[in-house]
Amino acid sequence: MDGVINLQLWQMAAAYIFVLILLFIVRARGISREKEIIVSSLRMTLQLILTGYILVYLFNNINPLYTIIVIAIMEVFAIYNIFKRVKSKLSKSLKRIIAISMLCGTLSSLIYFLLVVINISPWYDPRYFIPIAGMLIGNSMTGISLGVTRLVDGMHSQKHLVEAALMLGATPKMAAKEIVDNSFDSAILPTINSMVGMGIVFLPGMMTGQILSGTSPVTAIEYQIAIMLGILGSVALTVILFVQLGYKTFFNEESQLMIDG
Amino acid sequence: MFTLKKVKYKDVLNIEALTIKKHKVTCIVGQSGSGKTTLLRLLNKLISCDSGKITYKNQALKEIDSVELRRDLVMLPQAPAIFSGSIKDNLLIGLKFSEKPLVADEKLLEVLKLVRLKKELSEDAEKLSGGEKQRLALGRVMLMEPEVLLLDEPSSALDEDTEHMIIEALVNYSKENNKTLIMVTHSKKIAEQFSDEIIEIKDGRVLNQKEV
Repeated sequence: MDGVINLQLWQMAAAYIFVLILLFIVRARGISREKEIIVSSLRMTLQLILTGYILVYLFNNINPLYTIIVIAIMEVFAIYNIFKRVKSKLSKSLKRIIAISMLCGTLSSLIYFLLVVINISPWYDPRYFIPIAGMLIGNSMTGISLGVTRLVDGMHSQKHLVEAALMLGATPKMAAKEIVDNSFDSAILPTINSMVGMGIVFLPGMMTGQILSGTSPVTAIEYQIAIMLGILGSVALTVILFVQLGYKTFFNEESQLMIDG
Repeated sequence: MFTLKKVKYKDVLNIEALTIKKHKVTCIVGQSGSGKTTLLRLLNKLISCDSGKITYKNQALKEIDSVELRRDLVMLPQAPAIFSGSIKDNLLIGLKFSEKPLVADEKLLEVLKLVRLKKELSEDAEKLSGGEKQRLALGRVMLMEPEVLLLDEPSSALDEDTEHMIIEALVNYSKENNKTLIMVTHSKKIAEQFSDEIIEIKDGRVLNQKEV
């Protein structure tokens, strides 16, 4: 099998016809979304071009420091994104727990995945390190966002039950158990669901990409299975760390519930 | 059993001195917003006072582990807390939370009888009426047999006849088992009929404390 067909400039331009179709539809129907469509198409184009050149540079100048910097930027961006995505107000200590869980959960899964499962050498090879880190961090980010929302909402909406449990002599851990379990469950559910549909409903992006670039589908599938398991592990680890540490921020050292109102 | 000295909590409560006696029935009365519930929450250590000192059995509340303390003196909130599950689950959950040994169904049925709740153990607790939930929550606390019962308006959702029956059963239970009963109530009648001592609170201060 040969490599992928290189797209010519006019072929790239031809793909933008899809955006034009969408623009035509919204204009004809009077839906005022043109600005967002144009801005998002432009952003997507520019961001990807930029990333492309950065990746080319990184692949040509392999250096452990560069790899570490890229991972650090990804982590910071992901954590910041979680804070932004969660609508409820987060306490300082809860934000700290989110950051710690993201770092510990994703980095430990990433290191295990790269060094034990794929066994890359050198350990900082950006061709493997960066895309795989992106997938693990991105999925963990989505998972923990759901977990945070559920935990914070649960603590507020079920405040009276948590407090009633405390009155009955429960430890904070017992009092928060149902909420903690619920938020863990809702955080890992999307990952579990996506595994169920995989290969039948949709071909995942990484596998599609590898197949397009000429890799044998069998190899592509091996990678896809491995990365799905890696994602599952990373999400589970990140979220369990978060919920186990996170519920404690709602109680003080005297086992009192610290929610106002 | 309890002593309070110069206890302040925000601008809600300001108690110069107060003593609550062991093995007695004490009623706390006063208008809504006067700080009755806050007082119970302080005793249960759900909140801590800003200044002053509260002791339980001559030990400062601050020095007692909150969870251990709450297993000794269980509080019943005014709005009954119903957890998902059956009546049986809801009765047993108090024992589970306080890590006490669970009891057989006969004992559960006895408690249901005590709080005048004619229901099956397997029924869904969410389907009960407000008054029934309140009695279920009360039964749960009685099952735990704590040394002190802190009850916040345990009969607010009950009609007068049922209220009388339930409080009478409750008072008898605590006398027979040497319990200390501290109860917030809106009903002067209940307070005067059943309590050994009445504490009247107004605007966060103890207005008077009298033996009955």
